[in-house]
Amino acid sequence: MSVSQSLPRVPGIEQLLRFAFERPDPMTSRISRSFLASAALAVVAASASAQDMTGAGATFPAPIYAKWADAYNKATGARLNYQSVGSGAGIQQIRAKTVDFGASDMPLTDEALAKDGLIQFPTVIGGVVPVVNIKGVAPGQIKLTGQVLGDIYLGKITKWNDAALTALNPGVPLPDAAISAVRRADGSGTTFIFTNYLSKVNPDWKAKVGEGTAVNWPTGAGGKGNEGVSAFVQRLPNSIGYVEYAYAKQNKMTYTLLKNKDGNFVPPDSDNFKSAAAGADWSKTFFQVLTDQAGKDAWPISGATFILMYKAQDKPANAANSLKFFEWAFVNGDKMADDLEYVPLPTAVKDLARKSWAANIKDTAGKPIAWK
Amino acid sequence: MSATMPASPYAGPQERIRADMKNRPPAERRASQWADLLFSVLAHGAAWLTLALLAGIIGSLLIGAAPAIREYGLSFLWTSEWDPVQNRYGGLVMIYGTLMTSFIALLIAVPVSFGIALFLTELSPLWLKRPLGTAIELLAAVPSIVYGMWGLLVFSPILSQYVQQPLQSVFSGVPFLGALFSGAPVGIGLLSAGIILAIMIIPFIASVMRDVFEVTPPMLKESAYALGSTTWEVVWKVVLPYTKTGVVGGIMLGLGRALGETMAVTFVIGNFNQLNSLSLFEAANSITSALANEFGEAAPGLHQASLIYLGLVLFFITFVVLAISKILLEQLKKREGTVT
Repeated sequence: MSVSQSLPRVPGIEQLLRFAFERPDPMTSRISRSFLASAALAVVAASASAQDMTGAGATFPAPIYAKWADAYNKATGARLNYQSVGSGAGIQQIRAKTVDFGASDMPLTDEALAKDGLIQFPTVIGGVVPVVNIKGVAPGQIKLTGQVLGDIYLGKITKWNDAALTALNPGVPLPDAAISAVRRADGSGTTFIFTNYLSKVNPDWKAKVGEGTAVNWPTGAGGKGNEGVSAFVQRLPNSIGYVEYAYAKQNKMTYTLLKNKDGNFVPPDSDNFKSAAAGADWSKTFFQVLTDQAGKDAWPISGATFILMYKAQDKPANAANSLKFFEWAFVNGDKMADDLEYVPLPTAVKDLARKSWAANIKDTAGKPIAWK
Repeated sequence: MSATMPASPYAGPQERIRADMKNRPPAERRASQWADLLFSVLAHGAAWLTLALLAGIIGSLLIGAAPAIREYGLSFLWTSEWDPVQNRYGGLVMIYGTLMTSFIALLIAVPVSFGIALFLTELSPLWLKRPLGTAIELLAAVPSIVYGMWGLLVFSPILSQYVQQPLQSVFSGVPFLGALFSGAPVGIGLLSAGIILAIMIIPFIASVMRDVFEVTPPMLKESAYALGSTTWEVVWKVVLPYTKTGVVGGIMLGLGRALGETMAVTFVIGNFNQLNSLSLFEAANSITSALANEFGEAAPGLHQASLIYLGLVLFFITFVVLAISKILLEQLKKREGTVT
């Protein structure tokens, strides 16, 4: 997917193939386009240039990395091959050094990074949003707290007209119906951010379930991926689920308001994710999970996604390519991130990332990698 | 052709000698020795490669699962806790889910497939035979993800409304059956996964059954009909005994598919790792579904090893199924001639 988006323009071949395969009706032209893409792919494979880089990992930022890569390719000719295989697999691939950088939605602890000689830095910020499917309830109409959300997923609150819910939502027509809790079945960074939040705000959740990319859910049905959860929520009446913000927005799902640390009920939107990121102290470590952050408007289930790279680079040219790409994205990529409902990093955090590159990423001789 | 024809007795001596020469085996072998050898090596190689692959798969599964095997041993098979946070794993929920969904699938698919095959070979008007047979074979070509999405979006609401809710109201309070049909009737769980699997394996079982029914010698059937048998008696007492090996083989093919099916099951089973009740309506999990969902993000170590252990268990289950079917066939063969 991301590969085809970072294809170079090869006019001669493209025209030839177009001439050979383009037909007036849409069906064949779709086939011809995919054929074109695979044919062009073969051309790419044959002519990998010295500026290329490879990455693997998290699926959550894959769309924005693909978009950046496409624009970067047009601007510089360099190509990014990013495999969105999941954060866990991304971490494994960077450990095995099969890629130039790994990507993870779950930050590694400083000790884990030190053990492998890795550094991490954030690229974009996103939010996780509770979504519901209750007849007669509009987006933003239901207010939830972390405590209540945790109790629903613990199976302690089983009906929508539970006293805890009606007390929070006077006047909202909450039905006398069982709650179907929906969550991710696959391991995912989204689940990590969500369960991390629940662990912070619901002591019972922390004791019984805990946090991780996959947990031992006490209740509910599991869907595969954001699309699986969203399909379940839209299918099951009186259900609740959680998805990435971009996904909820594009599908116009019924999101809820959440009470943040400052006690305000806030809707999920870019500004509130930004406000959650602003409250974090990135200066000491990039190990920041942006859940339950202080701030008047901070959305409580926010999180950044991270890039992992080796400190000592035995392929300094590749590392330089990757860093050049991220530098370019930091400078030119904010608008694209906005378009795809991601939140760009605050300038201060970008500067911290650059500082970290300069201080840490070196070739085997100890010379810093030049990326400017 | 002419070489094999006897030489004409009226031919002259010269011609007779020539014909004689033709009848004799050629002095030189037309194919050289090494071609035969090469063919034999290739054929042997293909057979051994399969065995080597099998051994390789078992080996790598064993190595991959080693940490989990060391940690849990066989207790993995009857422990139901699956907690990636505490790093404690047991495979009972998935093993139960896999066996139960496959069992439900067979329970539905075998009689239906039998009916289809019976209709196609014995009852169907001639003009319907081919289109219907092709249609059933086409069902086997539908990708499993399509079945999964259809199951989730179209089938499960129907199941919930028209099957689960009535069943629940009928059986609530009945001791054993009531427990089977308890839980939230949302159309996602063991029962829906089993039914989707049944739909997926029907084409396999039905087409194998049809093919073997068709090879029953018409003479046997005609004789039975001539003796006054009904269609049912012909099928039950002539066709089935004659084709039982093929029928069992077809069922095992379907069972193998049901045990290993991943995508469609993932969509409708609910992926729920707790064994709270016996209910067929309850969301559950299967081995393949757990593997598909969790492998990508499983941290190296016990989580990954436990998933591979699950894979090994599935491998073992499939092996046992195959072995049982072989034994069954042997038993059938032994009884041949005594009871028919």
